[in-house]
Order: sequence, then structure tokens, then C-alpha cells
Amino acid sequence: MFAAELVTELEEIRARFPYPKAAMVPVLRRLQTEKGWLDKETQAWVAEFLSVNAIEVHEVVTFYPMLYADPVGKHVVHVCRTLSCEVCGGKELWRHLEKKLGVTRGETSADGKFTLRAAECLASCGTAPVMLIDNVRHEHVGPEEADKLLGGVG
Amino acid sequence: MKLSSVISARFGKPDSTALKGYREDGGYATWLQVLSEKRAPSSLIEEVKTSGLRGRGGAGFSTGMKWSFVPGDSPKPKYLCVNGDESEPGTFKDRQILEMDPHQLLEGVGIASYAIGAHIAYIYLRCEFKKGIETVEAAIREAYDAGLFGKNIQGSGYDLDVHLTMGAGAYICGEETSLLNSIEGVRPYPRNKPPFPAVEGLFACPTIVNNVETICNIPHIIKNGAAWHAGLGHSEDPGSRLWCVSGHVEKPGVYEIETGYKLQDLLDGPCGGMLGGRKLKAVIPGGSSSKVLLPEEVAKVTMDTPGIRAMGSSLGSAGIIVLDETTCMVDAVLNLMRFYAHESCGQCTPCREGTPWLVKILDRIERGEGREVDLELIEDLASNIEGRTVCALADGACWPLTSIVRKFRHEFVAKIPVSARKDVVSA
Ligand SMILES: Cc1cc2nc3c(=O)[nH]c(=O)nc-3n(C[C@H](O)[C@H](O)[C@H](O)COP(=O)(O)O)c2cc1C
Ligand code: SF4
Ligand code: FES
Repeated sequence: MFAAELVTELEEIRARFPYPKAAMVPVLRRLQTEKGWLDKETQAWVAEFLSVNAIEVHEVVTFYPMLYADPVGKHVVHVCRTLSCEVCGGKELWRHLEKKLGVTRGETSADGKFTLRAAECLASCGTAPVMLIDNVRHEHVGPEEADKLLGGVG
Repeated sequence: MKLSSVISARFGKPDSTALKGYREDGGYATWLQVLSEKRAPSSLIEEVKTSGLRGRGGAGFSTGMKWSFVPGDSPKPKYLCVNGDESEPGTFKDRQILEMDPHQLLEGVGIASYAIGAHIAYIYLRCEFKKGIETVEAAIREAYDAGLFGKNIQGSGYDLDVHLTMGAGAYICGEETSLLNSIEGVRPYPRNKPPFPAVEGLFACPTIVNNVETICNIPHIIKNGAAWHAGLGHSEDPGSRLWCVSGHVEKPGVYEIETGYKLQDLLDGPCGGMLGGRKLKAVIPGGSSSKVLLPEEVAKVTMDTPGIRAMGSSLGSAGIIVLDETTCMVDAVLNLMRFYAHESCGQCTPCREGTPWLVKILDRIERGEGREVDLELIEDLASNIEGRTVCALADGACWPLTSIVRKFRHEFVAKIPVSARKDVVSA
């Protein structure tokens, strides 16, 4: 199902732990980077790879905000919604992005390019407002900067 | 008040992440000395204990004391877990260490593991730290290649494997027992304590969980001695800490300062004063889970455990959130309660049900549809949540909440329609 090279990498991750199950989150994150989201087949593959039941994988996938059990757009944009960002330009950034992409938080733009999600504090409060595009952090993001960044990946 | 540079000394240096530069600055010498002298682990624990170092993750527990709880005679393997989940709102110091001086952390990991008798250490980072993860992974590889980790390190007979693992966007995983479940690959619900992790932690084995910044202090303490550390800053809570300032100041950022300084001096000095010269309204001094301070309290408070306790608050994770006169405190606390409601793991009823109720009540006050009795309802709910849950997330939600409602009651009342105010209702 996956390229041999990727499987080798996953085996290396698995070997870091005395029990294969402990490789769960890093393995899921790695596969999500590869596939965009964690569909049923991928989850089943992970269950087999870690010698656990499918439900044990599903329980973990559905707990974490940064593991996606449903399809997402080509790019995932996380905008911090927490206090320091909110009071330092975050509100404007949210309004701008929702309007620009024609979505509310959690949704994917009609062209399938961007999923806009809220993130809680991204540990960069001193450079608010902050957002991630495909997990890459951007700081001091005003509306114009946001347009540039989205244009850059879109 | 003056800035110090123990932990942040190498931040911003060119190539500060590379092994070469770290060693040129004297890095890993302490680790190699511990190994070559075959230091007695108990002597290292004693040194850390007398240094007065307290954990930098939030709870502020004595690090040496915690280490001494590891049962030395246990036949089970022991583990060190480094907590790099850094998700407490207002906190952004560990990330800077990970991105700018990963070898400082790794040297600490070596010494701490040796001291507690661990042969495996896990560094747990939140997955949003893409750069931090890449930087630490590269540093671990470099350290292995240089023979600083692995089997029989430098012929000392001591083995240590250091691995990186990660979370996936859940604040609760920063709570130490949730972190252990997260590493084990199960749903990361916090565990009941006791047993404490030092006795029964990862894979049911003795485990020490320490914050990234805590671990970075270790090489400095072992190198310079306990007395050196005990002499930094405030005698009852010594050390040099990274303080994160965010919100309405001219120059937000991470500042390293010895404990015991005056908060007002930090805001007026290095932070360049209030943004646009506006007036201060409130400071949340120790990450979002600490009690709010009024301007007159900010003017007096010293930043050390006794000093902040005297003001009824706590240093927590040293995330200082500064709010000026333009901030609506109802909005601010609603923002925070949404955070806690979202991050509740759902395991305990008071937290799972209570935090969304609080959001609902605050939201209706914010929309101008509240009643003054709602303020008593908030107090009542909070008193039924605090102290009644498995972990401290729920307490951490109640502290900013009740302190803000009490200290800024007038702002809440002002949002309540006149017809729903007490004096009217009871007349
Ligand atoms: C809800 C919650 C979240 C926490 N998040 C973190 C965190 O992100 N990083 C951290 O080091 N400690 C966090 N802690 C504190 C840890 O439980 C633990 O006390 C700490 O990692 C111990 O390390 P220290 O003694 O070096 O501070 C959190 C605690 C709670 C209750
Ligand atoms: S207090 Fe909240 S976050 Fe902590 S264990 Fe209970 S439900 Fe989970
Ligand atoms: S509040 Fe946005 S990064 Fe911390």
C-alpha cells in the first residue's frame, strides 16, 4: 500500500518503542503528511502495522485535532484563535480569511484548495497573529500578508 | 532589573543549532565529565535538590525532590520524558529552545537520564513544532554520530537512547499523565494520582516527566554547582527563567531574567511600555491558567513564587499576557473558556459538562442577554468544578474565570440589561 522507503521509515519509528503501539501518533502523523488525511484503509493498515485492533487506531485518530479522519482541502490553514492572538489582530485575520475563502472555520473552500481551521495557542503569542499553512508557522500575519502566503501555495 | 543569559545565552548566534558551535561554547563537557568520572547518580540528584530548581512546566515542583522519588531498587526499566508539548496559552519559551539551542536540551537529557538511571529518554513535542521537531531530530542524529548517545557511551558502560515522539494538537497532552498515555498510543486521558509517574509512569515503569526548560537548567547546575544556582534571583525560588510576554506591549517576546524582579520593571523596560502608550487594564501572569492581576497589583508584584503568591496568583509557565484598556474582559474570559471547553478531554463530568456551560453563560452575557444572577451561577459552577476532577485542567479554567469575574464585575454587569440586574429584579 505504501512505498518501501516509507515503510522502512515507519519501521524505524516503530523501533523506538518497546511496544509497537507506542508508535501510534508519529506513524499516523507521517502517513497523514503523505496522504492528506487518514482514511479507513490507512487506519486499517496502521492497526496491522502496530499489531492492534482497528478500533484502537480509530480511538486515537478521533481524539486529536491534528489527525484528520475526514478529507481536507489541498492545503490546511490553521489560524490561532486564542487570547493573545485575538487581541493583537487575530479577529481581523479571521474575518479576512473567512471572507476571502468564502468559508467559516472548519470548512473547505469551494475549489477544494484550502481548509480553514481554528487552532488553539500555537506557542508564538509574542508574534501574533499566527497561522500555520500545512504545518509551517507564519508570524505577524496581517490580511495582506495572508493573501500573499495563500497565493504562494495556492 | 537586568536581563540574564543562562538558558538563552546562545539564542540568535549564527548556527546555534549545530553540534560544532555548541561544543566550541563548552557544550557537552559536563556530560562527558559526568560519564568519565562515573559520578554517583545520587550525588547528581542531591546537587539538583540543593540548587533549589523548580519545574518550569507550570506546577513548580522541586526537580531534585521529584527525581529522588524514583525507586532506586526497582528492577523495572526507568524512563525520562521531556515535556515539549508547550500549549498553555501565553507560553512560547520551550519552542525557542528547541529551534535555537537543541543541544543544550540534549546535554540535559543525558545528565538527567543518568541521574535517574534511565536508559531510554523520549522527547515529546507537539506536532505543530515542525521546525522544532526537525531541529531536534537533526541534533539527536549529530549527537549519536559523535558518540554522545548510544551503547557504552565513551566507554563509560552507560547506555542511553534518546528518541523523539509527538502529540497531535491536544493541550491535555501537556499534563504529565496524559502525555504518558499519549506516548503509549492510547487515548490520552490523564491518569489518577497516585501512583505518581516517578513510581509508575510510562509502560507502568518509574518515569520522570520534566519540562524542556527545566532540563536545560541541569547542565548549568552540574557545571557551576548547586550554590551558584541557589544564589540566582530570589532565595526561596532561585534561578534564571524565560518569561514570555505577549499582548499589548510595544516589544513582546521572551526575556530571560532571574526570579525576584518587579513585573512593572519588565513591562516598562525591556517590553518598551504599553502598546501605543495606552493604559494597562490587567495581566494574566503565569499562562492562561493563572489568576488575573490588576494594575495596582502589577505595580507591586515581584516575580518569584512567594511574591506572586502574596498577590493571590501563580507563576505557572511564565506566560505573561498583558491586556490594555481597550480589552473587554468579558470577551477575554469567554475566549479562554472556549479554549478550556474545547481542550477538556471529556473524562470527568464536572469538566466536560461544566466548561461548555460556562461558555454558554458567558456568551449570553457577552451578547447582552445575561442576568446578574448569572454571575453567581458562574461562581457556583466553578466551585463545583474546582478540585473535583482527575487533572488540573479544570482548576486551570476556574482560576482566571473567577478572578476576572470578581475583579472586573462592573464590566460584566455593564453588559447585563438593566431589567435583569439585581437591584431591579429584587425591587
Ligand atoms: C492541563 C495541563 C497542561 C499542561 N501542559 C504542560 C506543557 O505543555 N508543558 C509542560 O512542561 N508542562 C505542562 N503541564 C505540567 C505537567 O503536568 C508537569 O507538571 C510538568 O511537565 C512537569 O515538569 P517540570 O516539573 O519540569 O515542570 C500541564 C499540566 C496541566 C494540568
Ligand atoms: S479535568 Fe478535564 S481535562 Fe482533566 S481529566 Fe478531567 S475531563 Fe479531562
Ligand atoms: S495565542 Fe496565538 S500563538 Fe499563543
